[in-house]
Amino acid sequence: MSDSAQRKIGDVILKADNVSLSFGGVKALTNISFDVREHEIRAIIGPNGAGKSSMLNVINGVYHPQEGTITYRGEQRKDMDTHAAAKSGIARTFQNIALFTGMSVLDNIMTGRNLKIKSTFVEQALWIGRARREEMENRRVVEEIIDFLQLQHVRKTPVARLPYGIKKRVELARALAAEPSMLLLDEPMAGMNVEEKQDMCRFVLDTNDQFGTTIVLIEHDMGVVMDISDRVAVLDYGKKIGDGTPDEVRSNPEVIKAYLGAH
Amino acid sequence: MSEMTTFPRLLRAHAASRPNDPALREKYLGIWQTWSWSQTMLEVREVACGLAALGFKRGDNLAIIGDNRPQLYMAFASAQCLGGVAVPMYQDAVAEEMTYVLDNAEIKFAIVEDQEQVDKLLEAREKNSHVSHIIFSDPRGLRNYSAPGLQSLESLRELGRNWDKSHPGAFDSQVEAGQTTDVSVMLYTSGTTGKPKGVCQTHEAFITAARGGVSFDKLVATDNVLSYLPMAWVGDHLFSYAQWLVAGFTVNCPESGDTVMIDLREIGPTYYFAPPRVFEGLLTNVMIRMEDASRIKRWLFDKFMAVAKRSGAKILDGEEVAAKDRLLYSLGNVLVYGPLKNTLGMSRIRVAYTAGAAIGPDLFRFYRSIGINLKQLYGQTETCAYVTLQPDRQIKFDSVGKAAPSVEVKLADNGEVLVRGPMVLKEYYKRPDATAESIDKEGYFHTGDAGVFDTEGHLKIIDRAKDVGRLSTGAMFAPNYIENKLKFFPYIKEAVCFGHGKDNVMAFINIDLTAVGNWAERKNIVYSGYIDLAGKDEVYSLIRDCVEKANAELATEGELSNSQIARFLVLHKELDPDDDELTRTRKVRRGFIQEKYGPLVDALFTGKQVQHIETQVKFEDGRTGSIAADIKIADAKRFPAVTKAAA
Repeated sequence: MSDSAQRKIGDVILKADNVSLSFGGVKALTNISFDVREHEIRAIIGPNGAGKSSMLNVINGVYHPQEGTITYRGEQRKDMDTHAAAKSGIARTFQNIALFTGMSVLDNIMTGRNLKIKSTFVEQALWIGRARREEMENRRVVEEIIDFLQLQHVRKTPVARLPYGIKKRVELARALAAEPSMLLLDEPMAGMNVEEKQDMCRFVLDTNDQFGTTIVLIEHDMGVVMDISDRVAVLDYGKKIGDGTPDEVRSNPEVIKAYLGAH
Repeated sequence: MSEMTTFPRLLRAHAASRPNDPALREKYLGIWQTWSWSQTMLEVREVACGLAALGFKRGDNLAIIGDNRPQLYMAFASAQCLGGVAVPMYQDAVAEEMTYVLDNAEIKFAIVEDQEQVDKLLEAREKNSHVSHIIFSDPRGLRNYSAPGLQSLESLRELGRNWDKSHPGAFDSQVEAGQTTDVSVMLYTSGTTGKPKGVCQTHEAFITAARGGVSFDKLVATDNVLSYLPMAWVGDHLFSYAQWLVAGFTVNCPESGDTVMIDLREIGPTYYFAPPRVFEGLLTNVMIRMEDASRIKRWLFDKFMAVAKRSGAKILDGEEVAAKDRLLYSLGNVLVYGPLKNTLGMSRIRVAYTAGAAIGPDLFRFYRSIGINLKQLYGQTETCAYVTLQPDRQIKFDSVGKAAPSVEVKLADNGEVLVRGPMVLKEYYKRPDATAESIDKEGYFHTGDAGVFDTEGHLKIIDRAKDVGRLSTGAMFAPNYIENKLKFFPYIKEAVCFGHGKDNVMAFINIDLTAVGNWAERKNIVYSGYIDLAGKDEVYSLIRDCVEKANAELATEGELSNSQIARFLVLHKELDPDDDELTRTRKVRRGFIQEKYGPLVDALFTGKQVQHIETQVKFEDGRTGSIAADIKIADAKRFPAVTKAAA
């Protein structure tokens, strides 16, 4: 019943042209071009070491490619840094969870609001004027995300005490707290059991549906990728070997050879 | 009092006399939101008018599906304002199960919580159920739905406001037209046997039951309850709806199913209701956390729990307690019981009830000993969950108390509990046959439960009436009751009793491997496995002690005193649902076991000392094998019947 026919996929908002990245003599990415359209769920798949995470890191400015360009919303940038990426509405989660383990779920998600805070250090320390208003406004947004991702029961629990699947969800929550227009998810379902994967799939789809967030997703689990993505790019040894809808990718002989094996 | 004869009138009276007091609360986005009585009345009115605008008429049924939410409690009242009937349904039922009830109750209107329920109703609609209007309170995920007749509660209220303006006085005249003898709610019985049946209850029935409970336990407007049990269950309807509108206290709805324990602590209810398994879960949690506590804390806990065990319940019941124990208990209250109750969210509880299943004596005593006034009640959907209640200071773990105000209880010749009073159901919906079967000419409702009255007039439920048999001597034999008694011993995991039509009662016992294994370790008894352990003489004498204790208790129980266990054996394998010996809900299948272990049953009754048996077992991977053993049979001492002097 719900949606994908009605969710309007828009124009290209991110475009990578002939991107190459190497570390010393190791070529991580070779001449890769692909694009992401507004409101779509775009997956990048490939075997271990294919360059998936490198691609994500290029998009949000952690790595700077030696060749090629990234164009984001009409602006061409060769050396975008992470801060600029965050400011322009790109948020991400990490393959290995990067949360503040001693802090509560609520506080962790609050850190995602960092960029929205305009009040000065002094105002915050004294909790006066803008600081107070801002905190209440930010808390409301955070509470809406807690509600959205069903984290109410662990709101005040320190992250260190949570099971893995919930931690992953908290990471997603923190990324959403920045109200991103594009969300980069680095293996959101790695290491999860079936039930946790189903939950996560639902949350990814809901996020896309509810907020219209564009999602770029790296994933190992083929089933998940084929089910939830609009388009899939396939990398192997730093090269793009396939690109298209899940069905196209599934029947691409080169992809079958490189990745899907006997499938 | 004639003014207060329907739920809408009760609501209107609260809204008029104390408009700003809190009626409902719900935690939303981390903050408790409150509806005052006047707000509640207003929302109920808007929703009712909205329903009227859609064509909801007197006598129509309104399905209500979802978790405990203020909007849904208000929906009950909205339907009733228009002379309609609220039909709450279990929110976790799948579409297929819902279809039956939707069809049976001819549901055209439904107010539901969220997308999940909408999806199920739409699925049911494809299978020809008549649901034409589906109203949802939480719009998430439903933005793009375009099914006909689907709308949000917000838009319904808008519709209602306009309708109210264009039909002045219509709403009030509908409320006035409501009679106390109108059906107010239809609760479907779970249907373990056959299809679910709709139990029709009138305003009068539930208001009588609620008034009785409220006066019995002195509930007041400042009380707080946390409602977290399914709204389709009679218990929740009595505690969170009927008593809410009668006493005018505050009903609090938890944020989600997972946060109930946190919300319980924040609200600190004064009045609490839970089935035994909830109390059991809480206690297990406490015990596990105590294991991890520091040594000093553990020492304090053990020390003061011993004090509580000795004198806590007596202090609660106002009995004589030595001054030293009283002092120790108040110290314990500061150091252990108080903080413990705080952690459990039970600091403010004045009255707590449990019902629905037998509660273990240790479990029951634990809560009472730390000062929580936990009591039991007995009732079923057909009697508004209101037949007997335990009066304060007359608490026994094995009885369910005395007949509640305005209830008549008597026992049929076969021991079946019969109930008469205004709280008895009007009828089963569209099932005159079932109605005639369960309500007799004199107006008594036949509960299907067998019970006995003890010497102080407390009702004791012993079994399902159809399971109760007689020994050849004529003595009443309630196998379930005896088995439960045995199972309350930690060493006994399962028990099966035989005796109907025979001259004596015999028992199969399953030891609890963990408990008996631990005991054997402490006693330095070497064993190689379950079969070996079960056959040890030491284990037999351990179990004999338990059986004899059970016999001694039976001796004091009037009619049951002649059904004491004469002989028993300890089975060589655990009874297992995989071998069809237990149902999936772990009830023993007595008939099947009797057949499967025929030689053992015969040996018990013929007085043999040892019997060889070979049994098929199914392993978890699906393979089958067989195990054989020589099983010893032991005698147990029986006691002469004791009659307590009447109190």
